Amino acid sequence: MAAAGLKDATAVVGIGQTSFARHLPEDEKTLACRAVLAALDDAGIAPGEVDALASYTMEETDEVELAKAVGFGDLTFFSKVGYGGGGSCATVAHLAAAIASGQASVGVAWRSRKRGSGPRPWTNTTVQLPTPAQWTRPFGLLRPADEIAMLARRYMHEYGATRDHLFNVALACRNRANQNPAAVMYERPLTREMYMTARWISEPLCLFDNCLETDGALACVVVGRERARDCRQRPVYVHSAAQGLPAQHHGMVNYWNDDPLTGPAWSTARQLWKHADLTPDDVDVAQIYDAFTALVPLSLEGYGFCGRGEGGAFTEGGAIEIGGRLPLNTSGGGLSEAYVHGFNLITEGVKQLRGTSTAQVPGAATCLVTAGEGVPTSALLLRN
Amino acid sequence: MLTPVTDADGAPFWEYAARGELRVQACGDCGEPRFPPRPCCPHCQSFASKWRAVSGRGRIWSYVVPHPPLLPAYAEQAPYNVVVVELEDAPRIRLVGNVVGRAGDPLDSLDPGRLRIGARVRVVFAGGLPQWVLS
Repeated sequence: MAAAGLKDATAVVGIGQTSFARHLPEDEKTLACRAVLAALDDAGIAPGEVDALASYTMEETDEVELAKAVGFGDLTFFSKVGYGGGGSCATVAHLAAAIASGQASVGVAWRSRKRGSGPRPWTNTTVQLPTPAQWTRPFGLLRPADEIAMLARRYMHEYGATRDHLFNVALACRNRANQNPAAVMYERPLTREMYMTARWISEPLCLFDNCLETDGALACVVVGRERARDCRQRPVYVHSAAQGLPAQHHGMVNYWNDDPLTGPAWSTARQLWKHADLTPDDVDVAQIYDAFTALVPLSLEGYGFCGRGEGGAFTEGGAIEIGGRLPLNTSGGGLSEAYVHGFNLITEGVKQLRGTSTAQVPGAATCLVTAGEGVPTSALLLRN
Repeated sequence: MLTPVTDADGAPFWEYAARGELRVQACGDCGEPRFPPRPCCPHCQSFASKWRAVSGRGRIWSYVVPHPPLLPAYAEQAPYNVVVVELEDAPRIRLVGNVVGRAGDPLDSLDPGRLRIGARVRVVFAGGLPQWVLS
């Protein structure tokens, strides 16, 4: 007998978020509680019914603190996923697996982070693991921006991608943020002139190739298919979910294998599509992890929207804007709405499939959501 | 400036570098080089390893030019270059480093405009760290 699998077995039935800003006065624990309670209220589910949790290993509000603060019931499943923003979609995937296999019935995933007013992780040199930092940091390769810029320059060299392609990504995100009153960059349009004259962060990446630094929290509620029909909101089904850590992968400094420009997106995509009834051609809208613009062309290739080396050219001609081949990051994404380790990409995917996005793709029925490319990652294929 | 925080796998690389030698870890059984160093060979699973001397010649595989915000000692030298060098005699071994004017020069001693992907470089050593000069 074939395993029942994850396909459409669970659904996201609630989403919640705090406001987003460079600085919010409340602490991460309080923000986490607010986002989680907002998501449960959205679903019409009482906190006492929650029996499963999932978050990131970098999340600093632990399960005990959250559960006792908001009044969860007895928890029978809780997991945390590593690799920073690579874990975003995996939090929902873990809940879906737990619920589909009967280990729990109501799951909450969340991320709360004061990355806007709190410290930049790369400035803490004492917690860095000796490997691979010993091979990179003494030479001044200090920040994620430097590590990804190294791959970006090689990518541009091998495939002829240009800064205009990266600008297309930054602009699409900014345009969507300009439609989204909750976005940090709601009232801040971006022009090509601004992009091309912006200060460098790590050449070839400039200021606008880098995500925002944001305080904020988000959460979502996952239940089984049967239960989903009784909830307050239109269910958004987890059609397929996958994680990926490719063979001989080295994290954000993926310089040491045969093909450094094919990262975790490729292996995650193989698993994601293998268990889906859909193909990349069927995707109406995508939320692609965008800590850096350069991750988007790589992800477009990895998830099969174009061929190898074609990710830059794919962004031309308005293809990633509303009305284009693949509108993406329709809340503004990490580049222009908020950078909360990609969790806002999940909630925006849900909004698109409810028909409630501030940049709604007409009739959107399927949405791909991805986690951070360049680290062990994860992805969700959502449908309504 | 940050110094390498080594581990058991990486320590030999730095011990050789302190003597002005560039060596990379290779499998003691199948001979396959690997980087970063690790306890066993991902090709044949052997725990035997040796440290193979390499020519110290390579080509720039990619490079970046970091600008602030950076850690203070690096911000003082910014903008500077960081390169990934592909070794001539082991092309899949790529080392992160800096191209400098001469051995011992600071990180910002070379105009980044002189860097190109594919440019030939050779290793020099200063203060226990490998550096690279254009060849």
